[in-house]
Amino acid sequence: MRTVTTVIVGAGQSGLAMSRCLTELSIDHVLLERGQVANSWRTERWDSLRLLTPNWQNRLPGYKYTGHDPDGFMTMPEVVDYINGYAEVISAPVEARTEVVSVRRSDDGFVVVTDKGEWSARSVVLASGPYSLPDTPPFAAALPEKVASITPDEYRNPDQLEYGSVLVVGAAATGVQLADEIHRSGRPVTLAVGNHVRLPRVYRGLDIMWWLDTAGILEERYDEVDDIIRARNLASFQLVGSPERTTIDLNALQRIGVRTVGRLMNVTDEGVAQFSGSLPNACALADLKLNRLLDTLDEWAASSGFNSESEPPRRPAPTSVAESPPLSLSLRSGDVKTVIWASGYRPSYPWLHVPALDAKGRVRHDGGVATVPGLYLIGAPFLRRRKSSLIDGAGDDARDLSAHLHRYLDELVSV
Amino acid sequence: MTSTATPVDNGVDVQFLLTARETLEGQPEAANFKWRASNTWVQGTHSRTRVDGFFGLGAEQSHKSEFSYDGDHPELFSSEDNGPTPVEMVLVSLAGCLTAGVAAVAQNREIQLRSVTATLEGDMDIRGILGVDTEVRNGFSQIRVSYQIDADASPDEIKALVAQSQKRSAVYDIITNPTNVKVEVA
Repeated sequence: MRTVTTVIVGAGQSGLAMSRCLTELSIDHVLLERGQVANSWRTERWDSLRLLTPNWQNRLPGYKYTGHDPDGFMTMPEVVDYINGYAEVISAPVEARTEVVSVRRSDDGFVVVTDKGEWSARSVVLASGPYSLPDTPPFAAALPEKVASITPDEYRNPDQLEYGSVLVVGAAATGVQLADEIHRSGRPVTLAVGNHVRLPRVYRGLDIMWWLDTAGILEERYDEVDDIIRARNLASFQLVGSPERTTIDLNALQRIGVRTVGRLMNVTDEGVAQFSGSLPNACALADLKLNRLLDTLDEWAASSGFNSESEPPRRPAPTSVAESPPLSLSLRSGDVKTVIWASGYRPSYPWLHVPALDAKGRVRHDGGVATVPGLYLIGAPFLRRRKSSLIDGAGDDARDLSAHLHRYLDELVSV
Repeated sequence: MTSTATPVDNGVDVQFLLTARETLEGQPEAANFKWRASNTWVQGTHSRTRVDGFFGLGAEQSHKSEFSYDGDHPELFSSEDNGPTPVEMVLVSLAGCLTAGVAAVAQNREIQLRSVTATLEGDMDIRGILGVDTEVRNGFSQIRVSYQIDADASPDEIKALVAQSQKRSAVYDIITNPTNVKVEVA
């Protein structure tokens, strides 16, 4: 058995940021990666996907974008190169193609069993990503056999889908992006829309991420928001990163002919998809939330003197909702060939044999410090800040958590 | 909250609701409620429904007193009109639930309400229930609710009260989403 102070599970941006911070604190560690560095970015993303954050924003501790297009959005191969470059620059001790089989407690910390041997460690950092398992509802099992059922990690491009109609379930970033490209490919899309978060790509002439970053919205801390559970469960922004800086909201999708319906509530044994009648309210909530955010940005601009530099406020039009959106759709008629479950992901830790999970299988933690001493979580939505799930959020979270981990180790020694 | 301003009071004990939410997070079994009603046919289309006991917080509970509701059909349908039609009672339920929600959300957001009124209207093609056309649905094809609210808040804040009330409303959920209903003969 090899011994190391800290094992980091996962070598994506979060694990690497943690590695860099631990190195600065002279804490020896290893990153165990089931595939290669930035594995999910390599293997579980569709072809057209680009980052939602502009290049300048993808800052990591001791690393930033230095190319010629700071306002552009990286493609997936570019993201992989970028994160790979980071691993090299910080000389991250990555053990690639090493799958963690089990993590359990021992007398002096943890034993981490992998398919390439065992590690003894005093602390463990979970950085395997929040997007492990597509979260498909139980009634997905009632889909008729002839209808293809696809999750976003399996989706690559529209050519993979049979010609015919497609039901896209979920209207966060993934759902709206797939609805857009699949509909444009000549496969008519019905988009099932629950509660969602609407954002314009550009506001007053500047990228929305510039606003959220500069006005401090993304810095908002987990212990300062009213309801952290609600904040952590929010759907991702309806955004796309594209050279044209396109806004992708329900109005834009409806303009090209995508049909919006309410949240998918059930698929009956007869193969009928049933949608909620709550679409008007889901859209009203998103519009109100958007305008509250833009009010905040306008107030910030006025108080910070940015008014002279940016265009005057022009608010996006309210989301238009059909008079009577359909409440059901037969999946047996032969019209719908594919259902895509863009209904979110959930974390999965089948190998974590320490009492750290709640009844829903999520790590119980306070800002990334798990309830099991010596165990840490990084890279989850709103872990410590609103930006926690962004590449740009990994750095500050890693700095905080590595400092906590350092103190924890010190106390172990002094006891 | 500042000590100089008159405290917002819509008569909703928000602190109780917030405490209940925290308590029930750790005791999911106590959160399982059963709501009940019992109904007796009077004559014709007239029947009477009584509401008294319910189950919750792990025990049988009861209202302060029994409530009784007559249901009937109007004279237009050659009935005696001893009470509202059952579909009108659905509107009663929806209004009661949404307005309670508006008050609770307003209290939680420290918005003083002065008046809240709502009018409701449901569209129904009665060829469905008469069996004239099997393509026509029995129930409402659409329900519209219109709120008039006077409160110490901006128009968008008032819209947000109504939107949040819908998001948390049981009856709104019951009406907008499918529910399994099992009816048996004992």
